[in-house]
Amino acid sequence: MTEELLIETRDLTVGFPVGGRLFNKKTLKAVDGISIGIPRGSFFGVVGESGSGKTTLGRALLNAVPITGGHATYHDGEVRYDLSTLSGTELKDYRKRAQLIFQDPYAALSPRMTVRDIIAEPLEVMGLTASREETDARVREIAAKCRLNLEHLRRFPHAFSGGQRQRISIARALVSGPRFVVADESVAALDVSIQADILNLLKNLQSELGLTYMFISHDLSVVAHSCDHVAVMYLGRIVESAPTRKLFAAPRHPYTKALFSAIPSLDPDDRGRAQKLEGEIPSPTNQPPGCKFHTRCPHATDLCKAREPVLQTESGHAVACHRWQELL
Amino acid sequence: MSLIDVENLTLEFRTDEGLITAVEDVSFSLAPGEVMGLVGESGSGKSVTAKALMKLNAANAVYDPATRITLHLDGGPVDVMSLKRPRDMEIVRGGAVSMIFQEPMASFAPAMTIGSQMVEQLLIHTDLSKRAARDLSIEMLDRVGISDAASRFNQYAFELSGGMRQRAMIAMALSTRPKLLIADEPTTALDVTIQAQVIDLMKDLVAEFGMGIIFITHDLGVVAQTADKVAVMYLGRMVEQGPVREVIRNPQHPYTRGLIDALPQLDDLDKPLQPVPGDIPSPLERPEGCVFHTRCTRIIGDICRTAVPGWTDTGPHHRTACHLCHQDTAA
Repeated sequence: MTEELLIETRDLTVGFPVGGRLFNKKTLKAVDGISIGIPRGSFFGVVGESGSGKTTLGRALLNAVPITGGHATYHDGEVRYDLSTLSGTELKDYRKRAQLIFQDPYAALSPRMTVRDIIAEPLEVMGLTASREETDARVREIAAKCRLNLEHLRRFPHAFSGGQRQRISIARALVSGPRFVVADESVAALDVSIQADILNLLKNLQSELGLTYMFISHDLSVVAHSCDHVAVMYLGRIVESAPTRKLFAAPRHPYTKALFSAIPSLDPDDRGRAQKLEGEIPSPTNQPPGCKFHTRCPHATDLCKAREPVLQTESGHAVACHRWQELL
Repeated sequence: MSLIDVENLTLEFRTDEGLITAVEDVSFSLAPGEVMGLVGESGSGKSVTAKALMKLNAANAVYDPATRITLHLDGGPVDVMSLKRPRDMEIVRGGAVSMIFQEPMASFAPAMTIGSQMVEQLLIHTDLSKRAARDLSIEMLDRVGISDAASRFNQYAFELSGGMRQRAMIAMALSTRPKLLIADEPTTALDVTIQAQVIDLMKDLVAEFGMGIIFITHDLGVVAQTADKVAVMYLGRMVEQGPVREVIRNPQHPYTRGLIDALPQLDDLDKPLQPVPGDIPSPLERPEGCVFHTRCTRIIGDICRTAVPGWTDTGPHHRTACHLCHQDTAA
């Protein structure tokens, strides 16, 4: 069975001009030749350190940063859009269909608007409702789904805790009835006790509203529990991509393995067992030749320094590493 | 002998909306070379507690007169609460006590080089000459794993990466050889791979310098990896404290259990995530009785809503403030 893809990219590249002289502009490739397919109704995870390009990938798929190379298509059964060449009217329509949930619920909500106005704003801006009554009805409906009550709608954001605020930003993102939602580190700023609650809410909303998520996170354990498929990014590239269970049962890329072992274990007697990564992610303006990871990889050889590995898929598990088979 | 004793720390903030209790009746002590993890969610009062040790809380903080904070130094005990003038407070602010903050970008002055900030504090707190302070700073930067320390010394905070900034922060905090180091979420803003490096570094430094550390975090995994003992706070009250193995393997307070159950575990992906139900109440609506009763799943009766639970011994050096435990041991 071939799954129906909601989002499909081929060699998607996002570059930003940086520094350099007038005729000699340098480009920073934040996302570099990424090909992924996000099936409809899936919970697609993207993991990586800061600087890996995961946020830029999410923004490119929302058409919030210009796509500078390759293709990305959106196809939800009703419409099909080529995201790199959206016309003005198509873009307007796409904004209803694709939405973003932000990381920091303290910064994402205007302190001067009531919760009702915050949630209603997308409807008003996009002109999705004909009357105030209709807007109110839509706001109440989505607020109830996000477990906010009528009394909450009259208040201002400062009166709410982090978890409640994140529920407000989720309601705001979902009020226009999107199909595709990018959740960018949406639980990273929350306390552990609330994190699980928001993840469960996202799951419930997914089945209730038929959503497809791209869930961006730096936290592997959160991704393991919520996503069906995980792509691991490093310096703008995907280094490993597989269904969650396969990835977690047998990670193939040394970077993925290192990410795993860096998670602090809850067992106090498990100290110091981790295989630690030396150094930091290189600057994207000054990328190493060959495999991007070789500067930190404990298994790097001359081949790794010279030639960049391609992403190879074997039984649904893709990895970009010259030596993954030897290292199993 | 202990390094610091905190007894009955109670602190309120005077605000337009009235007095807000931030920390209530918190007591603990720390031995030299011991690492204590202070755990709790935002609003639990863990940062306020740590800042109280340096009297760093905002001017609207009102300390209860029963509060006793005693720092045991070589020159004799220091009563922190009695320090009034800024000059006197130098001993707890960067002298015997140093602090590492969560956001290293916000904690370095942007318009001064890293080096001049390190030298400045050394000149205030030690008798070193400017030249010696400079040499020591470069040596410390090198010690925390910053390569090419001499040139980093002349750079500004924005020129360093997040992990490097946090290393510089640690170097700066340790250069005065404090007896007590307060680390307020030092790894929260860092990537996991960098977090692992910083945790390793801190462990090495404890072994080398032998200072006591209060490690504030909301991540129980980080606590398990670094601390000798743990104190769990909720809404300004300490609800459980004990040795790290005891508390993590055998949590007694329903809140501690809830925190552990809420952590996504990698070894069992099928286990559904279990949030602690409800939201942390606003500090303006502090619950009566046990502060946790509005979210507790194991309420045993009206006593939880009316009476503040006292400490019950629940194991070796392990105590819990919960009516449930008290009932169990009494029965």
